[in-house]
Amino acid sequence: MKKQNQTVSYRRFVHVDAKSTCSLFINLLILSGFIILHSYLSNTLSAREITVKPGTKINTLQSALLLAQNGDIIKVSKSTYFIEDLIISKSISLIGIDYPILDGQNKGNLLIIRAPHVTVKGFIIRNSGFANIKDKAGIRVEKGDGVSILNNRLESTCFGIYLAKVKGGTISGNTILGTNSVIQSGNGIHLWYSNNLKIINNKISGQRDGIYFEFATHCEIVRNVSENNHRYGLHFMFSNNDNYSFNTFRNNGSGVAVMYTKNIRMTGNTFEKNWGGSSYGLLLKDISKSYIAFNLFSRNTSGIYMEGTSEVKTEYNDFMNNGLAVRMLANCEKDTFLLNNFMGNTFDFTTNGTENLNYLQGNYWDKYSGYDLDRDKKGDLPYRPVSLYSQIIEKLPSAVFLLRSFMAELLDKAERALPSMSYVNLYDNEPSMHIIRP
Amino acid sequence: MHKIIKYVLHDIFRNRILLAYVVLLSLSSFGLFMMNEDVSKGLSSLLTVLLIVVPLVSILFTTIYFFNSYEFIELLVAQPLKRSNILLGVYCGVGLSLLLAFWVGIGLPVLIFDGTIVGWYFLLSGSLLTMVFVSLAFLASVLTRDKARGIGISMLLWFYFTLIFDGVILMVMFAFSDYPLERLTIFMSCLNPVDLARILVLLKMDISALMGYTGAVFNQFFGSSFGIVLAVSVMLTWVLVPIGIALRIFKGKNL
Repeated sequence: MKKQNQTVSYRRFVHVDAKSTCSLFINLLILSGFIILHSYLSNTLSAREITVKPGTKINTLQSALLLAQNGDIIKVSKSTYFIEDLIISKSISLIGIDYPILDGQNKGNLLIIRAPHVTVKGFIIRNSGFANIKDKAGIRVEKGDGVSILNNRLESTCFGIYLAKVKGGTISGNTILGTNSVIQSGNGIHLWYSNNLKIINNKISGQRDGIYFEFATHCEIVRNVSENNHRYGLHFMFSNNDNYSFNTFRNNGSGVAVMYTKNIRMTGNTFEKNWGGSSYGLLLKDISKSYIAFNLFSRNTSGIYMEGTSEVKTEYNDFMNNGLAVRMLANCEKDTFLLNNFMGNTFDFTTNGTENLNYLQGNYWDKYSGYDLDRDKKGDLPYRPVSLYSQIIEKLPSAVFLLRSFMAELLDKAERALPSMSYVNLYDNEPSMHIIRP
Repeated sequence: MHKIIKYVLHDIFRNRILLAYVVLLSLSSFGLFMMNEDVSKGLSSLLTVLLIVVPLVSILFTTIYFFNSYEFIELLVAQPLKRSNILLGVYCGVGLSLLLAFWVGIGLPVLIFDGTIVGWYFLLSGSLLTMVFVSLAFLASVLTRDKARGIGISMLLWFYFTLIFDGVILMVMFAFSDYPLERLTIFMSCLNPVDLARILVLLKMDISALMGYTGAVFNQFFGSSFGIVLAVSVMLTWVLVPIGIALRIFKGKNL
């Protein structure tokens, strides 16, 4: 009886064991699957960390780069590293701890990135070489798609960050201080044949052009400060469909130039103190279908200089205290100026032709002296922004001799009394009586 | 001569017109500086006052003062005094008081708000301009015995220098627009103290960037120390020549 009981329980046990073996096997299968997946994932996503530190085995960036595989993080501790033309050909992250210094000793480029998805973050990069033919840069990116260049400080580099044929990526939080020498300086951030880049929160000064775009499309330039550069704060050539917003361009040799492009959005920027014989806040040359809005143009020799533009829509901008607020050459057509404020400019508008193919409406002009009898907040008389005196200067450049003289003021007063004296066919039919606040 | 200057100064300071002039100048300068948040903008607005109001008040005030104190001058002539001393005494008295008014009314605010080189150029030009128009007023006054006529001549002179001359220049420029006129305009500006003062101040202001090629030529000329010395000496010539002629006429004049 007892024995029988034992066999039954034994049998029962065996029966249970067979079941559990089966489930264990399935479990093992799943687990091994997870392990394979995990090891695969860890190879690509959560990477190894390699630390570069003087005094340890890995004390140069070169040795760390040899050890690294795609996806690794190379942490660089604080020290000074002398490098020249250091090529990064693996998709790694190069992260500086407490701003280590990379010094190029005025020889060549410093970092050359030739792999996709490389991150360079938190370095002081200085003293690139200078050559007349080759553009030497602090960070040079060649076909490195999805590059991230974050929070670096570049000092005395010929070109700061140079991107060629890059698709996608972010350049953010960098400070670029150029050499301040007129001959030996390149561009702060230079883009050539690149697209879909985000350039955010950078500070650039002392370069030739702060930001330079050539054949760079679908890029965003946001909240950068570009000042005290020798030539342009921002320079666009053949770069369509870009957007720049909330940037400050201050005290650059000739302001900002946008040339030979279309579909550019320029919003919320500040163009100020670009003052000099041939300076502009914004120079537009052969550009079309673009949008300029909510910008401030303050204390520039020319706020906007337009040559050969078409279908450029300009609205809600403030033009304050410029020499000439807008200079629009006669080859511009279908441009519109709506709801802008013109205040304290020596000349509001100048042009070199008599015919006008552009459209002005609803702007506020502080020099407007008309009235508003029907109280619709629009002046009843049209405003002619091209003053008689500026027309005389156009014909007779040496007449600027009379700038600010009683004679010049009298001429403008006379034109207001007798509008037929003016021959430029450009006027704002519904000038606003109040400052426009969007 | 000292006594005459002293007397004239005393006489003018009792006069309320000079006080009104000081108040006008200081009101306009303080007002313009406070209205414009930007100092250089205030200064460039004040330039209009400098070029129109200062010459006008200087020339009118001097002419009227001269004719009002005509009897006093006649009395002095009857004394054993040199005629040139009498006229120079009155001239110095009027000139000093107007200069003082200018420095209190415009000089102080300019130095308070803008102590830069532009401000100093501004004040130098203003002082010279005041003296030029006081001289011109004396010339206008000794030319005639009639007060109304004297004031008329003064007004005409002011009108000529602030407006007519520039109009003529503009016409000349149009007539000869095919030729390079930049050097000619430098010469022309020397023929009019108001233009010269304006150019001197303007070249130091940032607005000069608007003047393009002409501005560059002017800057090259007046920017050098030789140019500045020349400009100041031309202005001084404009002070000395009219009063010199006035002295000559006054010496031989039958009062």
